[in-house]
Amino acid sequence: MSNETTATTARRGQAPRGERIADWADGRLGIYSLAKANMRKIFPDHWSFMLGEVALYSFIIIILTGVYLTLFFHPSMAEVTYHGSYVPMHGIKMTQAFESTLHISFDVRGGLLIRQIHHWAALVFLAAMMVHMMRVFFTGAFRKPREVNWLFGFLLFVLGMFTGFTGYSLPDDLLSGTGVRFIEGVILAMPLIGSYLQMFIFGGEFPGHDIIPRFFTIHVLLLPGIMLGLLVAHLILVIYHKHTQFPGAGKTNNNVVGMPLLPVYMAKAGGFFFLVFGVIAVIAAVASINPVWAIGPYRPDQVSTGAQPDWYMGFAEGLVRVMPGWEWNFWGHTINFGVLIPILVFPLVLVAIAVYPFVESWVRGDKREHHILDRPRNVPTRTAFGVAWLVAYFVMLIGGGNDLWATHFHLSINSITWFVRIAFFVGPVLAFIATKRICLGLQRRDKDKVLHGRESGIIKRLPHGEFIEVHEPLNQEQLHFLTQHEQPEPVELGPEVDENGVRRKLKRSQKLRAKLSKGYYGEDNVIPKPTVEEYKEITSGHGHH
Amino acid sequence: MSETEENLPSERETAHEGAVVKAENPFADPGLPPHEHRVQDTDERAAKRSERAVAFLFLVSMLATVAFIASYVAIPIDKIVYIFPLGHISALNFALGLTLGVALFCIGAGAVHWARTLMSDEEVADERHPIAAAPEVKAKVLADFADGARESQFGRRKLIRNTMFGALALVPLSGVVLLRDLGPLPEKKLRTTGWKKGIRLVNQSTNLPLRPEDIAVGSLTFAKPEGLEESDEEFNEKIAKDALMLVRIQPQNIKDKQELAWSHEGIVAYSKICTHVGCPISLYEQQTHHVLCPCHQSTFDLSDGGRVIFGPAGHALPQLHITVKDGFLEAASGFAEPVGPSFWERG
Ligand code: HEM
Ligand code: FES
Repeated sequence: MSNETTATTARRGQAPRGERIADWADGRLGIYSLAKANMRKIFPDHWSFMLGEVALYSFIIIILTGVYLTLFFHPSMAEVTYHGSYVPMHGIKMTQAFESTLHISFDVRGGLLIRQIHHWAALVFLAAMMVHMMRVFFTGAFRKPREVNWLFGFLLFVLGMFTGFTGYSLPDDLLSGTGVRFIEGVILAMPLIGSYLQMFIFGGEFPGHDIIPRFFTIHVLLLPGIMLGLLVAHLILVIYHKHTQFPGAGKTNNNVVGMPLLPVYMAKAGGFFFLVFGVIAVIAAVASINPVWAIGPYRPDQVSTGAQPDWYMGFAEGLVRVMPGWEWNFWGHTINFGVLIPILVFPLVLVAIAVYPFVESWVRGDKREHHILDRPRNVPTRTAFGVAWLVAYFVMLIGGGNDLWATHFHLSINSITWFVRIAFFVGPVLAFIATKRICLGLQRRDKDKVLHGRESGIIKRLPHGEFIEVHEPLNQEQLHFLTQHEQPEPVELGPEVDENGVRRKLKRSQKLRAKLSKGYYGEDNVIPKPTVEEYKEITSGHGHH
Repeated sequence: MSETEENLPSERETAHEGAVVKAENPFADPGLPPHEHRVQDTDERAAKRSERAVAFLFLVSMLATVAFIASYVAIPIDKIVYIFPLGHISALNFALGLTLGVALFCIGAGAVHWARTLMSDEEVADERHPIAAAPEVKAKVLADFADGARESQFGRRKLIRNTMFGALALVPLSGVVLLRDLGPLPEKKLRTTGWKKGIRLVNQSTNLPLRPEDIAVGSLTFAKPEGLEESDEEFNEKIAKDALMLVRIQPQNIKDKQELAWSHEGIVAYSKICTHVGCPISLYEQQTHHVLCPCHQSTFDLSDGGRVIFGPAGHALPQLHITVKDGFLEAASGFAEPVGPSFWERG
């Protein structure tokens, strides 16, 4: 006889129903121990911590609506002639995939709404992941022990792009079919294996009859399955590491200050899910997205102008559009650099941000855990790198819509293309320099504030007639906030010769590291924060204006 | 100091909670500020107001769900209404989305308002512990692992180890082999099209064989090979390679000699499939005889051998050699080179 039954018999009829059920579950699943550790777990509060939540909730919304869509969608490329309720398309030949998308939109009550929620949520999902990633980046939340979770998040972003792309292709409309044709061209451009891959992926010549069903499996099963696994791992790690927090009074690297999961955080986070869902539902009610009936079914010899992929593909699209059409023929073979280089640069740019945490910790030579977030200004080189990366990304987004820019602003495609080509290389460099300057300026201002107080806006007239602005000293909380950050020393190479007078051999990586480290923490790249001595000297009377 | 403690920066260790005397270190962490009460914490009337606000939001949500169901039943699916500033939109989609949105949003707003005004807003601190295990734990794990490894005799019995690696390395091959039937081999598929000598050019839009006089100056005419019908099983695969565009250019304006030779009275026929990644080309500028691919704006000069003059395409558009027989346009031969995007074996 188990303890549980003895306990219940002893108090028969007394323990409330809920408790008895919980006891039952605890005896089998150990839920009390789990709840002990987590029910009152503390979560710090900050608006920027909600970005990840938006991503999570839109993912849930996507799954819910996606499952509904599978109930009606036919992932088949069999040809049919349309006779449904959308009259303008009567008699037109199309695939079953397209027909069933029309069916969802015009014959299933609420089907259009669910389709639109699914698509809007996909856009929000990717945007939220991107902004969330930037928050993590600029505050240094990726530092030890969270590097692995950074990678999980990065993978979610990349897989999200592919899931979005395959989903976008499913309705088999003129626009998405054009996107699939693009993929075919990219596959063909792969040296050596391109034409084999193309035949294998499409089950024959483009477009064939297999690509939509294959994309369907990838879209509804393979990628979401992997993403769900990554997502759960991501969240488990967030709970396990405990959330980072911004610096402030009472917040240390050894604690986490905030409110308990039950009830506050549960109510806020749970409520936030409904807020996100509600907002996306309203957007889907008022803003049409991907009206496939206005675009028509796919035919390889037809196209609509102004063809644009969803925004998250714009970066890759831009690379492809602005790349010069270099092609190389030799010994009966062709290498299509015009397509190959963009599709190699695309992952490289993404990987640059993915490996950043490892680079930074190597440069800093830091093996400690970090739970207090950085203010971006206090790590100018990292912040500048992040901004430079974003500039490269958004320049290419402009390139991806070069025809739209041209038609809306009456510019020539040629000049936009050249602008993008140059800006892709120059823009990030300028952004890097400017951001670093701004960060150092802000550090200087912080230092001023600490030493001389905050400008109060009150003007006082001194006995000899001069006007001055009264500076209010900061309180201890503010002083702490502005001075709590670490300012690491750059790593040193050590003496050129060892104790026996023999020249030490320095590896190239060591030299590189010392150089980078100076770029991060060297004299010109940081404003030394005020010391207690400086502060005391000024506040003890000498420092008055 | 143990290894794990080293993992935590020590700088803030001095900053214990509670005020540190200011004179010593003015920058020290003053500790958590005292908790400030909200009106709702002290004034039961304010708390009651919050309670009513939350309940009101939940009530609105219930009403919105009822309205959702009512709309679902009452509004015909094909009803179009004019709503400013959205224009003519589906009434059902609008009503369902709005009511669902309100129903969801109000639950969220209610929960958040409840949390913010009535639930305790006192900040508390939890301790953190280093993620890395204590040295004793690590030592125990390593010892356990060594025991397990020794008991398996994995390191000692090399024959077992190596054959196991061999078997594990080979077995996935079955999976790879199974992928073979995903598709056929490329063979000559990418090089061949439906065009060969004697095939007539048929107008895409009228489905009638083209005569030279059908090709007007200043417009693009799209053509397909005779015998290819939309109802064909493989229509899409075929038209993806065979689609043709024709323009009429004054022969003296044709700059390329071979182009002139392959034309008929200034009528030239080019593959419609962009050599970049295969979009169909659709825009024609009659003064310059440039055609533009709408996908990535590659521009080709149809009066100069289909040469690329702008954009990411890597080579000229293939031209089809045409002639006239019995008054109808027909191919004088197949395409001399593969159409569409380039590939490794293209050469
Ligand atoms: C995880 C991320 C996902 C993203 C980013 C995503 C994105 C998309 C997009 C952009 C479309 C095109 C919709 C349109 O405009 O018609 C789509 C279609 C579709 N998705 Fe997803 N989706 C995701 C997950 C799922 C899941 C988990 C399922 C099902 C279990 C699903 C089922 C479908 C179906 C059936 C369609 C075709 C329906 C139609 O086009 O009307 N999706 N998806
Ligand atoms: S497919 Fe024509 S320019 Fe890219």
